Amino acid sequence: MVTIAAIIYEPGSSIKNKTGTWRTFRPILDTNKCVKCENCYIFCPEGAIQEDENGNFKIDYDYCKGCLICMNECPVNAITKVREEK
Amino acid sequence: MQFPREELFAPGHRGCAGCGAAIVARLLLKAAGKDTIISNATGCLEVMTTPYPETAWRVPWIHTAFENAAATASGVEAAIKALKRKRGKYKDKKINVIAIGGDGGTADIGFQSLSGAMERGHDMLYIMYDNEAYMNTGIQRSSSTPFMAATTTSPAGSKIRGEDRPKKDVAMIMAAHGIPYVATACISYPEDFMRKVKKALSIEGPKFIQVLQPCTTGWGYPPEKTIEIGRLAVETGIFPLYEIENGEFRITYKPAKRKPVKEYLKMQKRYRHLTDEDIERIQKYIDEKCKLLGL
Amino acid sequence: MCEVKVITGTSAAAEAAKLADVDVIAAYPITPQTTCVEKLAEFVANGELDAEYIKVESEHSAMSACIGAAATGARTFTATASQGLALMHEMLFIASGMRLPIVMMVANRALSAPINIWNDQQDSIAERDSGWIQIYVEDNQETLDSIIQAYKIAENEDVLLPVMVCLDGFILTHTVEPVTIPKAERVRDFLGVYEPKHAYLDPDRPITQGPVGVPDCYMETRKQVEEAMERAKKVIKEVNEEFSERFKRKYGNGLVEAYNLDKADTVLVAMGSVCGTIKYVIDELKKEGKEVGLLRIRTFRPFPKEDIKEFLKDANNIAVLDKNISLGFNKGALGIEMASILKNKKVCNYIVGLGGRDITIDNIKSIINHVEKAEDDETVWVGLKE
Ligand SMILES: Cc1ncc(C[n+]2csc(CCOP(=O)(O)OP(=O)(O)O)c2C)c(N)n1
Ligand code: SF4
Ligand code: SF4
Ligand code: SF4
Ligand SMILES: [Mg+2]
Repeated sequence: MVTIAAIIYEPGSSIKNKTGTWRTFRPILDTNKCVKCENCYIFCPEGAIQEDENGNFKIDYDYCKGCLICMNECPVNAITKVREEK
Repeated sequence: MQFPREELFAPGHRGCAGCGAAIVARLLLKAAGKDTIISNATGCLEVMTTPYPETAWRVPWIHTAFENAAATASGVEAAIKALKRKRGKYKDKKINVIAIGGDGGTADIGFQSLSGAMERGHDMLYIMYDNEAYMNTGIQRSSSTPFMAATTTSPAGSKIRGEDRPKKDVAMIMAAHGIPYVATACISYPEDFMRKVKKALSIEGPKFIQVLQPCTTGWGYPPEKTIEIGRLAVETGIFPLYEIENGEFRITYKPAKRKPVKEYLKMQKRYRHLTDEDIERIQKYIDEKCKLLGL
Repeated sequence: MCEVKVITGTSAAAEAAKLADVDVIAAYPITPQTTCVEKLAEFVANGELDAEYIKVESEHSAMSACIGAAATGARTFTATASQGLALMHEMLFIASGMRLPIVMMVANRALSAPINIWNDQQDSIAERDSGWIQIYVEDNQETLDSIIQAYKIAENEDVLLPVMVCLDGFILTHTVEPVTIPKAERVRDFLGVYEPKHAYLDPDRPITQGPVGVPDCYMETRKQVEEAMERAKKVIKEVNEEFSERFKRKYGNGLVEAYNLDKADTVLVAMGSVCGTIKYVIDELKKEGKEVGLLRIRTFRPFPKEDIKEFLKDANNIAVLDKNISLGFNKGALGIEMASILKNKKVCNYIVGLGGRDITIDNIKSIINHVEKAEDDETVWVGLKE
């Protein structure tokens, strides 16, 4: 049922939309090379790079659209790309 | 840890891969925090973030129309004041009222509503996310489209070669309203942008920030270059970063040595029709502007 | 108990907004509404009304600000007329679509061009399909009472729609009449405070209002407004009843008002202040032994189809007066609606009083004569110059 005035009561419900399927290139983050400058974290338009339980940055491929901004902005080339197998 | 970790702008939105508008929203909310109400004008940001029943927003958010994000926010701000005073709502919480609109929704169709809201002194922050054209409707020129940039309504033809008017200086027009805080920013400088948002929100009254946001689709460049291009816009002096606090003008980022505009222009399809003379002309124009600002 | 003031319609509207203890007012001046928002500014300036008064730069922004305020949970009021209402057009649909119980006074005035500040009802009629409840009042007392009622109707959980209370420009807005002003506590008691459940902006409950209505949900939202309009009919009647119990004044059944219908074969159908003139003519004719009736349409939206059919079931000569014209169809809006629901009856349409043209007692009498003789449905422009 459509809510009154189509109001959306669930904040951040866009998480249901897994944009990872949009990718043609997959960024791969090498934790060993990462110096935690936070560039990839702050510039990702999807907020798809978050810290894991060990405090390492990790890419959430459910949402990563493969724009490769993170790769472009990594000062130590810790992020590389591979073509997505479809 | 440099940046706040709270994500108030959720993934799953439908912005193009590499969308600069999404970066604006994400950084804005990281700086503003959760006690924020957003009034969003019609445009890419609104459309890509709220196709029913999905919303990317984790703060209260309202969209009414294209030309009135500021007027809508005026009502929100007034209501908060009245409800606090008359009914003790919101406790003592300080709530940030933020209106956000694209360059079209701000500099063109929403200009009157913005001017009115700023002049009336509402306690609100207005963010103009500037991608230099009407992107949502398919890249038509706005008054914020730069000189000679090609859009679908300022195409590069044989007689008229792209946009024939210079970019409207909205931040300076806002400064002429005598409001306490005006700034320009660019997503490629997140600390600078977020600091400006925080500072603006710490000041009572009307505030205005114009934030440049490269757009992969509209400007014609590969998505991974969004941040790089924004940086070049600043490094070349094409988009200077400054703030005007209580009338006091201050450059907030001064490139050690300005890069040639050519480096910036050459990366984008919207400028691909430019000849060397055109580029020279734009360089001169930018040099003059930078001289005035002390860049 | 209560106080009687001799005031204009715009003052009555301002008094009503004050009694409703509105939280936010956003308005822009336009003749013949201006004196209403001036009065409200005075109330706020003197501390008689505790409200935020937003002196917007246009009517478009007035409605936008009301929407923003109502969406935050505030009780809001605005007033406009004519060009101002037309400028609001876009936002009217958004107010109703967002289900915000904004109340607005419309001082009915003709639309340009040529520019004309005088009365007709083209301005609000042009917003017929905007999803606003429209109440047309007959006098200044009804203006005050209807604005108070409007909040009760609009804020009802079964309705949640904006309401415009329409009063004829100059004829009511600038004419003084004695108006009974109820005690503020009694109005507060009647209305309660506005505590929306569906829509308010609060960081403790981050909702998204006004999202993109994709094809998968848009039609449903429109249908919901239609259903709310339908429910509003019942609510308007109940509010009219409750109001009459508490304040001893009543306006027909809330939707329509029947005047001398019982024995009348000829019935005039009209809205607004002209009904006062019609009632006068009816009383005069009654003295001569002639029975003519009036069905005053109080709510044009929702349109009281069922009541109209019921009240007019015995009438044979139906004369519908319209202070508006649907150009290209040569009928007024009320005339069109009436013809569509009274299929087997003679329904003549009279275009009257456009742009402040007087509607005289003789005009009314000529309409009665005409409809009684007419063979078929006809449209007549009354009072045109040669
Ligand atoms: C009154 C009105 N006119 C036109 C439109 C169509 N329209 C919707 S968004 C848009 C352009 C938005 O441009 P901008 O404000 O720069 O935002 P962007 O999409 O670039 O982010 C236009 C023309 C509209 N929605 N409403
Ligand atoms: S490729 Fe783009 S979307 Fe994916 S993690 Fe990197 S910046 Fe984020
Ligand atoms: S940009 Fe590179 S170095 Fe910086 S945090 Fe990301 S992966 Fe690590
Ligand atoms: S067109 Fe530009 S602004 Fe719009 S969603 Fe795509 S990248 Fe973002
Ligand atoms: Mg734009």
